[in-house]
Amino acid sequence: MMAEQTEPRPVAMRPRMKLHRAVWPLLALAAILIVSGIVSPGFYNIRIVEGRLFGNLIDIVYRATPTALVALGMAVVIGTKGIDLSVGSTIAITGAVIAWRIQMGDPHLVVLMMALGAATLCGIWNGFLVAGLGIQPIIATLILMVSGRGIGLLINLLYGGTNPSFESALLQGLSTGHLMSIPTRLFLAAAIFLALWLIIRRTALGLFIESVGGNAAAANLAGVNARLITFVAYVLCALCAGWAGVIMTADTHTSDPVSVAMYIELDAILAVVIGGGSLAGGRIHLGMTVIGALVIQALTTSILISGLPPEYNLVVKAVVVLFVLLLQSDNARRAITSPFRGRAR
Amino acid sequence: MPAEPAAVPRIAMRAIRKAFPGVLALDGVDLALRPGEVHALLGENGAGKSTLIKILTGAVRRDSGEMWLDGQPIDPGSTGEAQAAGISTVFQEVNLIPTMSVTKNMALERAAGRFGMISWRKAREQARAKLARLGVDIDIERPLGSFSVAVQQLVAIARALEDNTRVLVLDEPTASLDAKETTALFSIMRELKARGIAVVFITHFLEQVYEVGDRITVLRNGRLVGTAAASDVSRPDLVSMMIGRELGEVERAFSEKDAMAAGPVRLSARGLGRKRVLEPFDLILRQGEVVGLAGLLGSGRTETAKMLFGAISADAGELTVMGTPTRNAAPRQSLRAGIAFCPEDRKAEGLVAELSVRENIMLSIQSKQGWLKRIPRRRQDELAREMIAALGIATPDAEKPVGQLSGGNQQKVVLARALASNPSVLLLDEPTRGIDVGAHAEIIKLIRKLCKDGLALLVASSELDELVAATDRVAVLRDRAKIGEISGEQITRDNIVRMIAGDDGRAD
Repeated sequence: MMAEQTEPRPVAMRPRMKLHRAVWPLLALAAILIVSGIVSPGFYNIRIVEGRLFGNLIDIVYRATPTALVALGMAVVIGTKGIDLSVGSTIAITGAVIAWRIQMGDPHLVVLMMALGAATLCGIWNGFLVAGLGIQPIIATLILMVSGRGIGLLINLLYGGTNPSFESALLQGLSTGHLMSIPTRLFLAAAIFLALWLIIRRTALGLFIESVGGNAAAANLAGVNARLITFVAYVLCALCAGWAGVIMTADTHTSDPVSVAMYIELDAILAVVIGGGSLAGGRIHLGMTVIGALVIQALTTSILISGLPPEYNLVVKAVVVLFVLLLQSDNARRAITSPFRGRAR
Repeated sequence: MPAEPAAVPRIAMRAIRKAFPGVLALDGVDLALRPGEVHALLGENGAGKSTLIKILTGAVRRDSGEMWLDGQPIDPGSTGEAQAAGISTVFQEVNLIPTMSVTKNMALERAAGRFGMISWRKAREQARAKLARLGVDIDIERPLGSFSVAVQQLVAIARALEDNTRVLVLDEPTASLDAKETTALFSIMRELKARGIAVVFITHFLEQVYEVGDRITVLRNGRLVGTAAASDVSRPDLVSMMIGRELGEVERAFSEKDAMAAGPVRLSARGLGRKRVLEPFDLILRQGEVVGLAGLLGSGRTETAKMLFGAISADAGELTVMGTPTRNAAPRQSLRAGIAFCPEDRKAEGLVAELSVRENIMLSIQSKQGWLKRIPRRRQDELAREMIAALGIATPDAEKPVGQLSGGNQQKVVLARALASNPSVLLLDEPTRGIDVGAHAEIIKLIRKLCKDGLALLVASSELDELVAATDRVAVLRDRAKIGEISGEQITRDNIVRMIAGDDGRAD
């Protein structure tokens, strides 16, 4: 009786332009790779040296891994309408803990656990500030961003701090090793991606995070524990940054809190945005975030290889990123295409 | 100068029409303001008051209709244009900056000076002069926020008043003032009136309308109900104009109602209340019974419903849900206990606009289950389909972002979410707000059906006829307190109106 016949509703605007969101970042990635192929002959070459794959394409994926991991966590936090500026500091602390505990002679598997535990603590701190005390995310995470590298240096001081380097077959195996010619870190990153995807999409956590980010008041009235959900998001983000810290620290065999992962938070945020995430919160695109990280790394690698004077690097990068973002904006696309379509909408 | 009804009205608005996506905000509304009068503009939420004011002051462009200022056609495209023509506004949320000094606040829009430079000496002089006109003598170098709300209000009015001001709109100026401050404001309003300024006074305090208003215009659901001299309209008539519907279309279905015996008590509140929010009240909801909450805007309807749901925590009294005493349960605990709540403001508190219809419907039942036990996608699709069919939600598919639906359909999605959580007690705050007439009747029918199916329902509504048509019992609220309860055949529009207006308290 309630089922009133629904009238043929006015069809939504933009009937033709309604392409899947994923198209634009993928197109951008393809375009960057194609241009690089033209500018730098042999760009696509992949060869096996000493049982492992080498080549620009492999290099892009390899180098993008830490940024992609950080960006995945960032995507979750941004989904709650938050932001985490402290991921670089979390990485610094993770690295310092690794160097310290290895110097202290702990088993390396335990060291790995402790490093991830330290990262989790960073997330708990951020989550407490944001969800518990209600401090604005940008300010709350700024605190750890500023202090975290100092904490890393203090950890180095625990054992004199003169030589914070180490050797670890386990950790370096995870970071720079290879398995069936493929870098191990790609397997590791794939496993982390899968785990995160399961947590977000195979439980209701993703729905809850997106509802909190989209409209926290409504989510609360619908029964979602918005504070707890926000807290969990920051912990997940820090854990992802922790894994990135393990890979980066093992790569350099040393703890360098002052400069490790400098500005990685900016690349991570950029990757999320290129992947279609909005800083206004409410949506998590894990897969597209990885594409976003790849776009950034492909761009960096391509510019380096193209032989362009290094002075141009950042400017070219900025221009391309701006272009990708414009492509994603419905408004900008309409503004660009409308002169060719007349005024008919 | 006594205010004579002039031949040419100060402001004449005729057949004003304005539509927003999904809502017809104003439908052929007229408004005439005379020079030197205080004109009260009344109406419940969503009646169209603020849209009308925004059109008058240039903040919003009308779709059609005509406007004249002192006989000259006008079409202000911005608040600046309206202000230049002599139409000034003080909005409800005082849009001043509390951390800046009074001088700076007053110079914000029209800074005195030359070549883009501000002359602070001149600005101070102007600020002092403007405040002096209202008899306000304060230290203008202090930050605005250090003054009381009343003074801030006066500063806002002083800022809005120019030498050439002919119309001044005050949007709920007394909402946060105490009695003494209100009296002071009224004397200023009378003074402005004496200067020939037409003052538009928006409020929901009826006493104040009679105290200071000369004429009254009432809007309801985007239409003009009427304009009259304040002395010609009795309080019950005024209440009736605001929330009643003249049409005799709604008949109470007594036979059907009486046949239903009220079941066991599902929820009972005793002495529940919170200081400054709601006076302690008693309320019982039984299975198979619809209880209405009647009262004017600001009488505490929404607060009552939210307090029962735990969205506003009580600092007094006790609440028993399904026989179990609960203490300040959060919404998610209330939901687990079997209560569901549909908020009045669906945009701010109801929907997550970016999420799909399906996801919005799933939210409550999923949070009832916890995050670990995700409801399988197939079950989600099924449930969404069921709800879309049962409530007649007009959407091409369940995956459409809910923000793209029309108002009535959004409201149904909020309702669907509550129903999907399988509640025993359902609290509806303004379930028919912003819904067209057809959907309106549907929702009322649905409420009756849900009740028959064994739900205990609470319906807070500003529509008297809705309450008369749908409820078994009505609790009446006034000034944030429950003042009485009527049931059965006592539920008539007149009775409720009389109670709200406070003519003789209880209607017997």
